[in-house]
Amino acid sequence: MLRYRRFEMAERVVAPEERTAAPLPEPERAREWLATMMLIRRFEERAGEMYAKAKVGGFLHLAIGEEATILGAARALRPGDYMISTYRSHGHALARGTAPEAVMAELFGRVDGCSRGRGGSMHMFDLQRRFMGGYGIVGGNLPLAAGMGMACDYLGTEDAVLCTFGDGAANQGTFGETMNLAALWRLPVVFLVSNNQFGMGTALERHSAVTELHKRGESFGVPGLRCDGMDVADTFTVCAQALERSRSERQPVLIEARTYRFRGHSMADPEEYRTREQVEQWRARDPIVSFGQRLSREGVLGEGELARLDGEAIERVDRAVDFADSSPFPEPPSLYDDVYVLGDQVGGWYSVDARTPTPHRGEDERAMPRHQLPGGAGYESEHTTSTARPIGAVQGLPDETDAEESDAEETDAEGANPDRARPDRARPDRAEREG
Amino acid sequence: MASVRYREALNQALREEMHRDEAVMLMGEDIGVFNGAFKVTQGLLEEFGERRVRDTPISENTIVGMGVGAAMTGLRPVVELMTVNFSLLALDQIVNHAAHIRYMFGGQVKVPLVVRMPQGAGHQLGPTHSHCFEAIYLHVPGLLVAAPSTAADAKGLLKAAIRDDNPVIFIEHEYLYGRRGEVPEDDDHVQRFGEAAIRREGSDVTIVGVSRMALTAEQAAETLADEHDLAAEVLDPRTLRPLDLDTILQSVHKTNRCVIVEEGWPHGGVGANLAALVQEQAFDYLDAPVARVTGADVPMPYSKPLEEIAYPHAPQIVQAALATLRDV
Repeated sequence: MLRYRRFEMAERVVAPEERTAAPLPEPERAREWLATMMLIRRFEERAGEMYAKAKVGGFLHLAIGEEATILGAARALRPGDYMISTYRSHGHALARGTAPEAVMAELFGRVDGCSRGRGGSMHMFDLQRRFMGGYGIVGGNLPLAAGMGMACDYLGTEDAVLCTFGDGAANQGTFGETMNLAALWRLPVVFLVSNNQFGMGTALERHSAVTELHKRGESFGVPGLRCDGMDVADTFTVCAQALERSRSERQPVLIEARTYRFRGHSMADPEEYRTREQVEQWRARDPIVSFGQRLSREGVLGEGELARLDGEAIERVDRAVDFADSSPFPEPPSLYDDVYVLGDQVGGWYSVDARTPTPHRGEDERAMPRHQLPGGAGYESEHTTSTARPIGAVQGLPDETDAEESDAEETDAEGANPDRARPDRARPDRAEREG
Repeated sequence: MASVRYREALNQALREEMHRDEAVMLMGEDIGVFNGAFKVTQGLLEEFGERRVRDTPISENTIVGMGVGAAMTGLRPVVELMTVNFSLLALDQIVNHAAHIRYMFGGQVKVPLVVRMPQGAGHQLGPTHSHCFEAIYLHVPGLLVAAPSTAADAKGLLKAAIRDDNPVIFIEHEYLYGRRGEVPEDDDHVQRFGEAAIRREGSDVTIVGVSRMALTAEQAAETLADEHDLAAEVLDPRTLRPLDLDTILQSVHKTNRCVIVEEGWPHGGVGANLAALVQEQAFDYLDAPVARVTGADVPMPYSKPLEEIAYPHAPQIVQAALATLRDV
């Protein structure tokens, strides 16, 4: 069982200069912020453990240490606003309200995962909560965010977009291109560079000539702000200001949040690029500990409440693990689900490599009347006049056939193309040759 | 029917779909004030205004990415890229995002985006403006790929592409923009994807021509009829994803011979793929190896005589067709 490091509140005295000027929200809200940051922390720790136990595959990028940046940004959003993130996105989904069960199940590659087991750690998504995804391509999400901002503008809504990315992404071409376009078209997008000071293992000063990243938007006409990414209240305040400005003045804003990840870039990181001392210095500014201390100091958090909230977070994550463990893996026939929106144009398609659930040749499948095919889907519609019948790798495709399609199916089954019924001509030959 | 140029047919499709659906909007380099590098978007800025017809900076990857983001959140953007070569700058957004977003997020969103671009040689534009890359996009699950060769298909397929909920790579051809063709005047002339056209019927050899090569294949078929007394069947797949393989196979069942013609490179090309499918699914009907006529395996040269021999012409197709009939 994972041994959690306790949040040591009493042992550390906060230096006056570290005390934030950012105002606290209502007590209930402040407690929720703390509780959700704890949930993210405990979730990430547990995810790391599950990775070590090989319950989670692929890469796993944990955001331990970055909780204040994540939550401060997420809480500055209105429900209708869009948030879009990177490959380090578990915390963003949780902050936006996605159930820990769904996020953990995604890590486990299960059907109940928030991306149905298709995305994994780097590709969390929750449309309902307007969490528009984690993206595995560094800098790839910036144009998407601008496009979402354009849609908000075009549709005349008051919604805005918050796009988070890392310091490494600030060197991608899409950064400059997107800053320019967002400023040019006055899009309601807040770009939040979560500067954890390393692009993977390359330190900020080794990858950027200008290390004050909030200044990098100025020449494009994007004003820059800074916040303390280790302080949730400060991050919230600055993000809220930026969003307000972006929404009302119709213009993008770039925020740089200085933060730090306490763990490696991913689980496979020997951390040879930084010193233990540096990590310890930043750990001393743990965003959860310092916010907890502030809440205690200001009387928002009563005696023993921190431990109680932490216990709740741990329990919640336990439930998420149990849930993920009991959720089934996706069925093999679902391999081809959701590659396309099926409908008039695409009812299925030729798969050269039709491998599920049992190996079969396309020829066999094509010879079979469509209604006998597992899943029964095909390429049909009332508009079809030609003999086109690209049967897809149909198994497991959602059955979206309606009555009209069933009619068409009969025609097909009767053999609009009698040649289809001739595979027997081919097969004995083949068997002989193989024999 | 009205006789219109390929570029006008595309323009009609854009105009009609913009009238039909407020969510349709255009983005691209010089599509507005300049009226489009190939004049496809002529007059649309004037008619629809800057909200719906947007001149963009030269930032291919970002404008396609913005199209993806906008498509995920309620719009139906049509992005124009000035040539297929420039689309390579946007390959990340096209492949990693447009094509994969629906799948990797478990079907929660759709990406109804059209990315239009012309391709092809013949105007001495050299090695960075003249290539044919259908094969690159054909390779990617999640994309639909159209390559119309006539004005009617240009219009019908573009309208279908705009109405479809999947990301579509819409490949036009520079050489075809000025060519006239008969186009139905009906506002609802929509050409479904996945339906090959039989351009000419015949029983001796099947010739499949992609994009402009469908026209070149027709010329070859004429020569085969006039000079060799052979009836070639010419097919134009019109869309490569989805692909109407059935029509091609039916034709091969009849002719027992197949020649595939494309302007792009031979290795990993459309023809390579199609030849594999034909031999897998119609092996016992074939009386000769599937033949391919492709562009030369070189970057497109500038100099006219070199450019001329770097992409297929009718005589090569005739030769390839005759080779499949050698033993008859």
